[in-house]
Amino acid sequence: MKRRQIGLAVLSAAALALSACSAGSLGSSDEDSGGGKVTLSFLTDNQPETVKIAEGLAKDFTAKNPDITINVETRPQGTEGDNIVKTRLSTGDMTDIFMYNSGSLMQALAPQKNLTAVDEFADKLDDNFKKSVGSDGKIYGVPFGNYMAGAILYNKDVYDKNGLKVPTTWAEFDANNAKLKAAGVDPVIQTYGETWTSQLFILGDYYNVEASTPGWAEQYTKNQAKYATTPAAKAGFDHLQEVHDKGYVNKDFASAKLTDGLNKLAKGEGAQYPILSAMLSQLIADNPGTENKIGLFAIPGNDAAKNGLTVWAPNGLYIPSSTTGDKLEAAKKFLGFVASPEGCESLGKASQPTGPYAVSGCKLPDSVPQAVKDMQTYIDKQGASGLALEFLSPVKGPALEQICVEVGSGIRKSDAAAKLYDEDVKKQAQQLGLEGW
Amino acid sequence: MEARPRTSVAGPASKARKKSPYSSWFYLPAAIVYAVLFLVPTVTSFYFSLTRWSIFDSQFIGFDNYVTFFREPALVSGLWHTVVYAVITSGLKVVLGLGLAVLLTSQIIGRGYLRSVVFFPVLVSTIGVGLTFTILMDPEDGLINESLSLLGITGPGWLTDPSYALVSVALVDVWKGVGLATLIYIAGIVSIPQEYFEAARVDGATAWQNFRSIVLPLARPATFTVILLSLIGGLRSFDLIWAMTRGGPGFTSDVIASVIYKQYQAGFYGLSTAGNVVLFLLVTAIIFPLSRYLNSKEVDL
Repeated sequence: MKRRQIGLAVLSAAALALSACSAGSLGSSDEDSGGGKVTLSFLTDNQPETVKIAEGLAKDFTAKNPDITINVETRPQGTEGDNIVKTRLSTGDMTDIFMYNSGSLMQALAPQKNLTAVDEFADKLDDNFKKSVGSDGKIYGVPFGNYMAGAILYNKDVYDKNGLKVPTTWAEFDANNAKLKAAGVDPVIQTYGETWTSQLFILGDYYNVEASTPGWAEQYTKNQAKYATTPAAKAGFDHLQEVHDKGYVNKDFASAKLTDGLNKLAKGEGAQYPILSAMLSQLIADNPGTENKIGLFAIPGNDAAKNGLTVWAPNGLYIPSSTTGDKLEAAKKFLGFVASPEGCESLGKASQPTGPYAVSGCKLPDSVPQAVKDMQTYIDKQGASGLALEFLSPVKGPALEQICVEVGSGIRKSDAAAKLYDEDVKKQAQQLGLEGW
Repeated sequence: MEARPRTSVAGPASKARKKSPYSSWFYLPAAIVYAVLFLVPTVTSFYFSLTRWSIFDSQFIGFDNYVTFFREPALVSGLWHTVVYAVITSGLKVVLGLGLAVLLTSQIIGRGYLRSVVFFPVLVSTIGVGLTFTILMDPEDGLINESLSLLGITGPGWLTDPSYALVSVALVDVWKGVGLATLIYIAGIVSIPQEYFEAARVDGATAWQNFRSIVLPLARPATFTVILLSLIGGLRSFDLIWAMTRGGPGFTSDVIASVIYKQYQAGFYGLSTAGNVVLFLLVTAIIFPLSRYLNSKEVDL
């Protein structure tokens, strides 16, 4: 009995060790692929839509370049995924191509040291995207996906029934809310069951901040401007407090989740939902037939003439500096494919586009939902859209969502919240080693 | 059966060998495992709590992390919440555990079945319990509030109302952990010699007197174990809170462990290491003297 047990234990231990070995060497197993054939590994996050897009791109690329095969690997999303990417980069164990956020998160990867610059694609990319994957005048990635907006999605039927017009100032927005409340509809939907959804009034208001105080992001990065002391920046916190204090939010705001909020909006129980425009694909998938019932407008500020849309750049595709030789050539070819109209077409085939492309020469199909058309109008108009703060400054505090939940639930006042958030970002700036903190 | 004669043979022999260092070598594997898995990380974490480190490099910054950590507004409330949470869970586990143990050692029908029912929640995964209760405690369509509304009571937002969130999580922790406390108490009560109860019966003692003068004092070692275990558990508690509220709404149910976790998640590795050192010192500072005090009481008995 005893001996058999020991034998079993040894066997299972050996099996474990063996399987660990093979898992570890998977990435580098086909190093010598002779005859000009190259196999590239491509790491992406495991969100179903992302995987669909990545596999679609890989397939369409191989169809055109039969000598190059691309294997898609996945990693978790969120901070766990961040750690995997950072660890693999720092140990030189990264896949040949990988997908990662652009903007402040990409800057945290130390691109000069860890990534290969791909300036040859610069003329194919949109200016806003170049800003969010650039460092020291070089460009490190091409877009993987579409632009998103941090804006207010609204139910057009509810708006029509109550005879409302799309607001361009906060005062008009407030007047609309009062009418909607009187009509028995929840004017503003909030869903703190998923805390990140609470931040839109602040993050999506950044266009208005930049419009009233140009260059704010730069001063902010240098520790010269603060949320608490810039009225335009603090306005986001004030607005969040105002919609709560005036009773404009849905009754179950504290426990509702993103899906609940989207369904409320689609059914017209709520009229307006400040959220990222990419959530549109889920709304339409869950509520068929709503493509043209949902519209989008930018978060209103103080000045109608200066109102515009805050935009989030798509994620990027990057080549780590550990990719060399034939593989580097092949990887660049793949990036070139992604940054071309053919790449956009492949992307749109894999997943319904919910925002404009960042590649020049790519056009959205005519069949896009109404909200995406609304978004495109802002982007096509000169100067009516700008990047969100996280693409202009590496400074973003981790506690913003909790602070926003507190303001939006009436636990903390907006003044105190803005001060608290200024303290929170200090830690981030120090961790990044920025000057002036 | 086989072992017995062998030990009696080995008895005198091992006495003679006691001075030889030979047997100490058997400590070595355990010592290495302990050093590698516990001592080395502990010492390095003390060092890294004095640096600002990332995966790529580290920079020595003295006590800055501790200064920042103690300035963290969520921490001050987090400290208070931790103590409140530990005291509520520990207190309720003692009271309820003792009550249930007395009930389950008496002659009631289905005793074995009831014992396993009480112990069952201990076996379930904490995350599972957390998620289940989050659904049950939903303010709009959770089972708890729907049942209350049948009785004409409007239930509060258990996890979404800032003044209830922490207490609600603590109550779930009690529900989950009271089985272990009961088990310890049952063991303590069963080990009380029957002679005391027989003598008490001869003297005509009531059930309350039995409990007050026999069970309570003689189950004291069990009480100490329950207090210590549940207090340590309460001070370090993290998984249940994270599964149910993530410290929210806002920061109203944040405890030290969840504050530390959030710093780590945000990539402030040095800061969160410092936080863990603080948590280590805090738990030691509360538990060590308490354990000494309780143990000294036990000797008095």
